[in-house]
Amino acid sequence: MSESMIWGVILCLGIGTYLIRFSFLGLIGDRDLPPLANKLLRYVPVAVLPAIVTPLVLSPQATGGDFDPARAIAALAALAFGAWRRSVIGAILAGMITLYLGLWVFG
Amino acid sequence: MDRARNSVSRKAPVMSQNTTRSAFLAGFRQSLPFNLVVIPFALLFGVLAHETGWGVLQAIGMSLAVIAGASQFAALQLINDNAPFIVVVLTGLAVNLRMAMYSASLVPHLGAAPLWQRALAAYALTDQTYGVSLARFTLHPEMSIRERMAFFFGSVLAICPLWYVFTIVGVVAGQAIPPEFGLDFAAPITFIALFAPMLRSLPHLAAAFVSVVASLALSFLPFNLWMIAAACLAMATGALAETLLERRTS
Repeated sequence: MSESMIWGVILCLGIGTYLIRFSFLGLIGDRDLPPLANKLLRYVPVAVLPAIVTPLVLSPQATGGDFDPARAIAALAALAFGAWRRSVIGAILAGMITLYLGLWVFG
Repeated sequence: MDRARNSVSRKAPVMSQNTTRSAFLAGFRQSLPFNLVVIPFALLFGVLAHETGWGVLQAIGMSLAVIAGASQFAALQLINDNAPFIVVVLTGLAVNLRMAMYSASLVPHLGAAPLWQRALAAYALTDQTYGVSLARFTLHPEMSIRERMAFFFGSVLAICPLWYVFTIVGVVAGQAIPPEFGLDFAAPITFIALFAPMLRSLPHLAAAFVSVVASLALSFLPFNLWMIAAACLAMATGALAETLLERRTS
């Protein structure tokens, strides 16, 4: 891809992403949302993030897409600790520590 | 309630300034640990950009313009694979479509802020700043609109500058980080850590479950659109489960 095409990608992706982020927050502002929308929106984080994570956990890029027990167990550890202690940072630490232990054991 | 609080705080500017400042500092403090993940992710992006033959300007240009790691990696990967321009842009945008949902879900919390603040907040709306802020706003509904914005920008200041800085470090160092460090997995772990504490009711669990199943069942969709399709199904599941539970208890 030529230099100017690369800048084109950066610009288009940047502007497009900004418009996606601005969309509802910018245009709706202070107006009340319909009750159904409010109900749906309560579930945004638990609807979006598990979908992103699942393929990354089951077929990690680092192993060329092959299932990796160390990474799968680390993901479960982060999930269990986060749900149990309700702590984001605790979940990250639990996940990464388990990952390193797992890589050491299985690697 | 916000308006009532705001009119009160206008009469007591000193107190309001104090609570705004402490909200800002709380947002900053609570977001700092995310750099454990943001820094390696930014480094990885910088290194990959270097390997693609990009200079510092292009790499930092993309990190400044897009600030969304997953889509930056996807775009770079496709450029490496010689994908056509339009495919690169559409894939990157599809990966970021989830942020429209983040944007909508912040409306009840930040919608009352002035337009310029919302426009600025939109720029820095990332998985981390969103996740941390939404959890805080849900836990503390009594926060004023000023405190909420202050918390959000505190979070932004803790995370975004290091995203830029370590993108540059990655390009300049240009040295691949050995895969034994497992840093590729820092991002999935962060995402899990962001939603796991929110699994506190049956509808939330049902939504997360459908999200997982649908992401696998719909993986054939092009341009990463399975992501947004799975999210929509999961959201509908959560709302439906909530409605059914309400009917049973009433």
